[in-house]
Amino acid sequence: MRTKFGLILLVVLAMVAAGCGDDDAGDTTTATTAAATTTTAADTTTTTAAATTTTEADACAIDQLNLVTPGTLTVATGEPAFPPWVNSITGGGFDDPESKEGFEAALAYEIASELGFADDAVEWVRTTFDEAITPGEKSFDFNLQQYSITAAREEVVDFSDPYYEVKQALVTVVGSAADGATTIEELKGLRLGAAIATTSLDLIESVIDPDTEASVYNDNTDVQSALIAGQIDAFVVDFPTAFFITAVTLTVDEVGQEGVIVGQFESPGDEPEEFGLLFADGNPLVPCVNEALATLRADGTLAALEQQWLVSGADVAVFG
Amino acid sequence: MTDRSTPLDEVMRRGPRLLGPRRPRGPREEGARSAFVAFVSTLILVSLALWVVLTSEAWPRVQKQFFNPSAFREVWPDVASGFWLDIQMFLVAEVVILTLALIVAMIRSLRGPAFLPIRMLAIFYIDLIRGIPVILLILLLGFGVPALQLSGVPDGRLFWGVTALVISYTAYTSEVYRAGIESVHESQRMSARSLGLTQGKTLWYVIVPQAVRNVIPALLNGFVSLQKDVALVYVLGIREAVRAAQIYNARTFNYTGYIAAAILFLIVSVPVARFTDWYTERDRRRRQAMST
Repeated sequence: MRTKFGLILLVVLAMVAAGCGDDDAGDTTTATTAAATTTTAADTTTTTAAATTTTEADACAIDQLNLVTPGTLTVATGEPAFPPWVNSITGGGFDDPESKEGFEAALAYEIASELGFADDAVEWVRTTFDEAITPGEKSFDFNLQQYSITAAREEVVDFSDPYYEVKQALVTVVGSAADGATTIEELKGLRLGAAIATTSLDLIESVIDPDTEASVYNDNTDVQSALIAGQIDAFVVDFPTAFFITAVTLTVDEVGQEGVIVGQFESPGDEPEEFGLLFADGNPLVPCVNEALATLRADGTLAALEQQWLVSGADVAVFG
Repeated sequence: MTDRSTPLDEVMRRGPRLLGPRRPRGPREEGARSAFVAFVSTLILVSLALWVVLTSEAWPRVQKQFFNPSAFREVWPDVASGFWLDIQMFLVAEVVILTLALIVAMIRSLRGPAFLPIRMLAIFYIDLIRGIPVILLILLLGFGVPALQLSGVPDGRLFWGVTALVISYTAYTSEVYRAGIESVHESQRMSARSLGLTQGKTLWYVIVPQAVRNVIPALLNGFVSLQKDVALVYVLGIREAVRAAQIYNARTFNYTGYIAAAILFLIVSVPVARFTDWYTERDRRRRQAMST
């Protein structure tokens, strides 16, 4: 009797499993087809938008945009977000994008206003640096936290036109083995570090190629901790961040050690390294935002924001 | 019975135990039939699962992202050398943990009012450390202590990462030992004492050997757990297996590196788990044989 019951149970289970399997397969098929359709539609929209921008701006009207939340521009930044990119209303604070203080916070509001969004229609969400550059669905319309535009990333996400040309810099503390280095050759013997998934790490491996393989940390905060702890001699980070770190966080008052920018690097490739806004792959919003960026560049707003928030670093030595 | 046992008997004996609580063994034919049913149902379920996965619309994408042979070849050297580092950390940590934990457990099991302060100290240590997440301890010791720049204190990441694991796992393991010590019947202690052994000697020569034997499966369980947790030191920037896989993923958005790392961890942990089961079973049989 028991065996019989077992057999029946098994058959039922098998049927359920088969049913689920079919469903899954069916769903996936539908989903894939739907995705394919969307992509095609998006491509069409992109072409149309690009072709007709001069005659009609309707494709970029708020009610025509493909937004995560209709009527709201959902913008993502880091968790936490640091100056000079995102500051706060109170002088030395940070991580308050709604204050519009800081280069990227201010830029996001300028873009929003170009697109026709009121300030209170801008919603901020947070992502970590590396999670936003993975393939898949996104919780934001665009994400800005110093994403360099690279070919590998462009295969899985979309970027806007660049909004800032960046150089990488080497940061250390006064008196360390890295202090005073002037050539790439001198950096080879050092213990270097960088945050994971950054172009800073790529630069260490492609340009410096150190004898000891670079240490890789979760984010720039951990990289600084390792430097303070004396576990690395120096780290690579983008120049404006390096400037902020040496001016505000790596100081004798804060950590008992004095941070310095040892020097900056030429961009490794032929192309300069540039930051772009990051979108989900195939997002039809890209041409609209590019148009807004072009306007901001043309009327001098972008240059003014750079002037206001970022230090040029032209006087910092370049590694030979 | 044993000398006439066939492979089918073996399946009959083991099959039901794998699937659920042991039932009293019925007549031979009944057993043969249930073995057959178990075999067929397993076969059906496994092939069904494989069929669903492999014919699914998403499988080619899954294979490209997770089981990509060329990505596997590319990432393997980094992940494997990272894993070797994991194994080294594990071996060093485990030896220290087993020793220190036994000492803590013995301290906690000392009797008499004179030992109260160190007993309290042991309890305090165990309570404190077991209440703190391992990852927090790693960050605290790995970044925090070297930042103090005290003279004579090492600043190495490996040193502090492994130390954090040792401190944490010693607290848990000492509780395993203590359970073993308390499982030894009180009469053992009293007989030893009546033979004139000191409290320390009683513990060391009479109680501990029996206690350790009682808790070997639980200790092996801790082995498996630690063998995986060593990967947590990657937060200190150490390029062990998980971090190596993550770096590759960040560069290519391909997850095959994680699968490669998972395979390596499984290669070590599954045999330990099987050994634990085998050992427990053998020990149980031996004890039964002794008691009858």
